[in-house]
Amino acid sequence: MFGKLSWSAIPFDQPIPLVAGAVVLVAILAVLAWVVIKGHLPYLWSEWITSVDHKRIGVMYTLLALVMLLRGFSDAIMMRGQQAVAYHSQGYLPPEHYNQIFSAHGTIMIFFVAMPFVIGLMNLVVPLQLGVRDVAFPTLNSVGFWLTATGALLVNISLVVGEFARTGWLPYPPLSELTYSPGVGVDYYLWSLEISGIGTLVAGINLVTTVLKLRTRGMTYMRMPMFCWTTLASNLLIVAAFPILTATLAMLILDRYFGFHFFTNEAGGNVMMFMNLIWAWGHPEVYILVLPAFGIFSEVVATFSGKPLFGYRSMVLATMAICVISFMVWLHHFFTMGAGPNVNAIFGIASMVIAVPTGVKIYNWLFTMYGGRIRFTTPMLWSIGFMVTFILGGLTGVLVAVPPADFLLHNSLFLVAHFHNVIIGGVLFGAFAGYTYWFPKAFGFRLQEGLGKAAFWFWLIGFYVAFMPLYAVGFLGMTRRMQHYDVAEWRPWLLVAGGGAVLILIGIIFQIAQLVVSIRHREELRDRTGDPWDGRSLEWATASPPPVFNFAIPPDVRGEGAYWEQKSRAERPYLATAEPDYQDIEMPRNSPTGFVCAFFATVTGFALIWHIWWMVAAGLIGAFATFVVFAWRDHDEYVIPAEEVARIDRANLAERRALAGLAGRA
Amino acid sequence: MTDATMAYADGDLHHLRGTVAHSGPASKRIVTGYGFWIFILSDMVMFSAFFATYAVLLGQTAGGPGGRELFDLRNVAIETGFLLASSFTCGLATIAADVRNKLWFQVAMAVTCVLGLAFLTIEGREFASLVARGAGPTRSAFLSAFFTLVGCHGMHVSAGELWLLTMMAQVFAKGFRADIQRRILCFALFWHALDIIWVAVFSVVYLLGSAV
Amino acid sequence: MSDEVQGFDNHADLAPGDEEEASIGSRLLGYVAGLGLAILLTATSFFVAGTDLVWQPSIPVAIIVLAIAQMGVHLVFFLHITTGADNTNNVLALAFGLLIVFLVIGGSLWIMANLNHNMMPMDQLMQMQR
Repeated sequence: MFGKLSWSAIPFDQPIPLVAGAVVLVAILAVLAWVVIKGHLPYLWSEWITSVDHKRIGVMYTLLALVMLLRGFSDAIMMRGQQAVAYHSQGYLPPEHYNQIFSAHGTIMIFFVAMPFVIGLMNLVVPLQLGVRDVAFPTLNSVGFWLTATGALLVNISLVVGEFARTGWLPYPPLSELTYSPGVGVDYYLWSLEISGIGTLVAGINLVTTVLKLRTRGMTYMRMPMFCWTTLASNLLIVAAFPILTATLAMLILDRYFGFHFFTNEAGGNVMMFMNLIWAWGHPEVYILVLPAFGIFSEVVATFSGKPLFGYRSMVLATMAICVISFMVWLHHFFTMGAGPNVNAIFGIASMVIAVPTGVKIYNWLFTMYGGRIRFTTPMLWSIGFMVTFILGGLTGVLVAVPPADFLLHNSLFLVAHFHNVIIGGVLFGAFAGYTYWFPKAFGFRLQEGLGKAAFWFWLIGFYVAFMPLYAVGFLGMTRRMQHYDVAEWRPWLLVAGGGAVLILIGIIFQIAQLVVSIRHREELRDRTGDPWDGRSLEWATASPPPVFNFAIPPDVRGEGAYWEQKSRAERPYLATAEPDYQDIEMPRNSPTGFVCAFFATVTGFALIWHIWWMVAAGLIGAFATFVVFAWRDHDEYVIPAEEVARIDRANLAERRALAGLAGRA
Repeated sequence: MTDATMAYADGDLHHLRGTVAHSGPASKRIVTGYGFWIFILSDMVMFSAFFATYAVLLGQTAGGPGGRELFDLRNVAIETGFLLASSFTCGLATIAADVRNKLWFQVAMAVTCVLGLAFLTIEGREFASLVARGAGPTRSAFLSAFFTLVGCHGMHVSAGELWLLTMMAQVFAKGFRADIQRRILCFALFWHALDIIWVAVFSVVYLLGSAV
Repeated sequence: MSDEVQGFDNHADLAPGDEEEASIGSRLLGYVAGLGLAILLTATSFFVAGTDLVWQPSIPVAIIVLAIAQMGVHLVFFLHITTGADNTNNVLALAFGLLIVFLVIGGSLWIMANLNHNMMPMDQLMQMQR
């Protein structure tokens, strides 16, 4: 009746996941109870859960990422804690737990923190920067978000119902085959990623189409903000790479569920084909993550240096070059696994070549800063921290791109330090910069600066204290993912690394405090002009938060730095007294399709994991029915009458004018 | 002053290239069609992963039968004929939708449906007979790859059939509304793309697999 | 966004799958021509695969060339992907997709052949150990 599911799936005999699960469950129930009792549920349902507004969806993606950051970081603290104490000792985490923890850590951080964070920021900002009302496919956008949330939910359910994979964040066969992983752990991983992979692909299609086909009048490709270019490159990579992940995980599923022989040891299976395909996805994936971060830095550095971005054209070329070359380097993830020297050499050289356009970008950011009037706000601090940290990570990357060096460093803690260096220093610092930079746009008030700066310094110093020792211990021969060790030389380094994790924890606490304090003091931190940073691109021409339709009148772009143009020209048309000709605006209707679809996806995924076949059928039928119901609706848009548009726009402009007069900005 | 001169005076060198640099967001039909086109390309990448796996595992028959023993080219030729014809009738349905002729649209779609079902029936029978002969997907890596690649295409055709029937129902119930026209455009893209993939399948899997 | 195609300007685009407005007759003719060419290419492929009349080593190349030609016929006659200015975005997207397909298939084949050459396949190893 319930397949493999039984009461023994709940870890009553394992205190750590049991207590953690209980705490989280209580927290979720408490929040839900508060929401319902205070009467917020109708608001949440109609304004957020069924929203197809890119701004709301962007915020929800970012919220998902931040919550999952806490989960992924808990795993990290546990690992650092284990390695700090497990010298000549089993530590406090038995191997079967430790293996699940490092697998969950990587899976959550990549798929449910980094991806949603960058996709959320792109969703929030890109339509505003392009001067349009929404992305190309708003309802599909909602579907994509909720499917991603489904994946995150399934991974977290595995903590209390069943187990998670023990195979690392990429489940290499034959360990991940049924023979050696007979439990449900790998299945949780597989279905969670297949479902959220659909969500990611949908986001990719949406953003590519938005950038290529939906730009406001006058915004040619070469007038787009740099963040839109990196969005284009990153989403082209999503569309190109995620199908490979889907196919490869599907093949592993076929092996596990139906006894196929793609990657088995017997009947001709070839385990290396899994490595080959998964990294053909996996390398573009890291560029999917870092390219939007590069775009954020371009925006932030230009704004807080008070200058246009240096070398726009070379930035565009470098971005598209990175996009293409990122698909030509994937073998460097398995240099040591049997390829000959000529194959290794070619991929090694390509891996070094890809550092060149990245270097071009760094120089352009530095030249943007040079001669500018720099303001050391929190986003700018994150950017400068990124520049130093990412260069270091990139250098170690070029080192491991050399095959003979990699033969010594592969799967050591040197490698672990390298990729955390570039992902934290690049992606996460970029995401934090973007979060701080665009928070006022999304919510109408700024984040408190002092706490933001404190958070930055603890993260920056904590990162170095946590990861520089890992480079050293990697050189000293320590392999990754060790549950215990008995080499005396490594111990001091690992203790220091544990201390670094604590510093990062303090940084995170400061970030949480910053959010709480900023919400409490939001009236003092209110952004009334819509342009708190004196920005250069079109999102700062709207109110904070923008009205649902973004722009009352679609902007007409005359030059690069579209909004800066408007501000600098003497006429300042955005402050002009003559009223624009307001028209009715058609906006897409909200829809529960995304949420309902994700509900059925969760049911189907859970049922597939536990082999509850009737539930699988029910879930699939439900998902199809959802689509048909959606396809059958007759009214997919609603009209905002011109008078309403006018009323909203007049109010926003009035506030802006009043403050422009007060500030005396001529 | 001309636009070009003003552009130069504004310091906006990019505007020099043309008086209408970019007239604004594209129409819904173009946006929808383009988005679906990107999806089709992503689907082609997914198929390429299955093709690559098939090519790598081609010789791994684990002592069992290979393509030469298993493939019946007469059946494949008939299947190909059916699918190609269905692509043609789908094109006719597209024209009928453009000129808003409900009768011809429904007829062409119905014929497309039947031809597609004929394709699926032959393919299903081929799979069943292979399994009955002990040459099912669990026999060897080669057969796993074969069944997955060809089966994935078959599943796409099946999903396409469901979509086809839904479109027939929609046009019957609501006529040629603009959003339904856009969906017909996407359906046609999908159906033609499936035939393109089939060209690769019958050439690489069946013909090369049983070449004399 | 409106439903009608944007007023004609330098950068009027076509949706992929759409063709320039033309009479029904010429559109039908396009599909018939596509069908005819496709049948011809398919028949040729099947013939080449089974015949003794062609130099044997050339058969795989011939089949692949015929397949590519037929995919081209589909793209032009059924999907109306042309090299016109109104199709540029569509062609560029297709080119990008083809690049990725080529990298995935070509790269995988090259890498796996190299690995197989350097490392013995599992079943052979196990057979040797029996």
